[in-house]
Amino acid sequence: MSLGESASAIGKVEHTGSARHGGEHWLNEKVLSAALLLLGTWFIASLVMLPSLDQGTITEWLRDPSGAVPMALFVIASFRHALDGLKVVVDDYVDDEGNRFAFNTLFFFLAVGGGALALFALARIAFGVAA
Amino acid sequence: MLVSILHRITGVGLSIVGLAVLTWWLVALAGDAEGFAAFTKLATHWAGLVVLIGLTWAFFQHLLSGIRHLVTDSGQGFELGVNKTSAILTIIGSVLLTAALWFYLLGGVK
Repeated sequence: MSLGESASAIGKVEHTGSARHGGEHWLNEKVLSAALLLLGTWFIASLVMLPSLDQGTITEWLRDPSGAVPMALFVIASFRHALDGLKVVVDDYVDDEGNRFAFNTLFFFLAVGGGALALFALARIAFGVAA
Repeated sequence: MLVSILHRITGVGLSIVGLAVLTWWLVALAGDAEGFAAFTKLATHWAGLVVLIGLTWAFFQHLLSGIRHLVTDSGQGFELGVNKTSAILTIIGSVLLTAALWFYLLGGVK
């Protein structure tokens, strides 16, 4: 009997093996979450340690590479991690295949668009003319 | 079980509300003083504060349960007692950290 002819669901997938990429993807997600552990803590700690949270003080902080570089990494890692996480939630709770595709596509566009907008704003702050 | 569900709920909240606020904050910072004043006005309004306090709690809860997940991923901490204690600790920790952060931010220090 060839592949896919079995009557049962398990019969269809038996002996087909894994896609062989799952483990790597899983590990990437874990490494990313560990990175966010550091970057997220850095973000909150930095806000707490700034003398004030007005526009001038924050801008000055984000103009320096010591603020701008981790902030860029924080933005990228956050949007990527959010996209990974939302996909897990969508895949687990949205049963209909069409809706699942629609949600995952919507979140993909939102994450890429939002991330690009946040990075553009950060670049404008970091490279803007001194106030 | 509760902590596992909280991890997902806080994750979704941070992904959508948290990243929207973060992006708006950066865009406002990059813009003129008027736009940033509008952000600050809403952020310091009681409703804005509720959202921000909620987001920081979600952040700490997700961070602590995330650490717990990384530990269990390594195959440790599955004993019933350890598992339950660590779950409860994430909730106590997130509430304490949120309270400490906002006590500091609103307690006249800034």
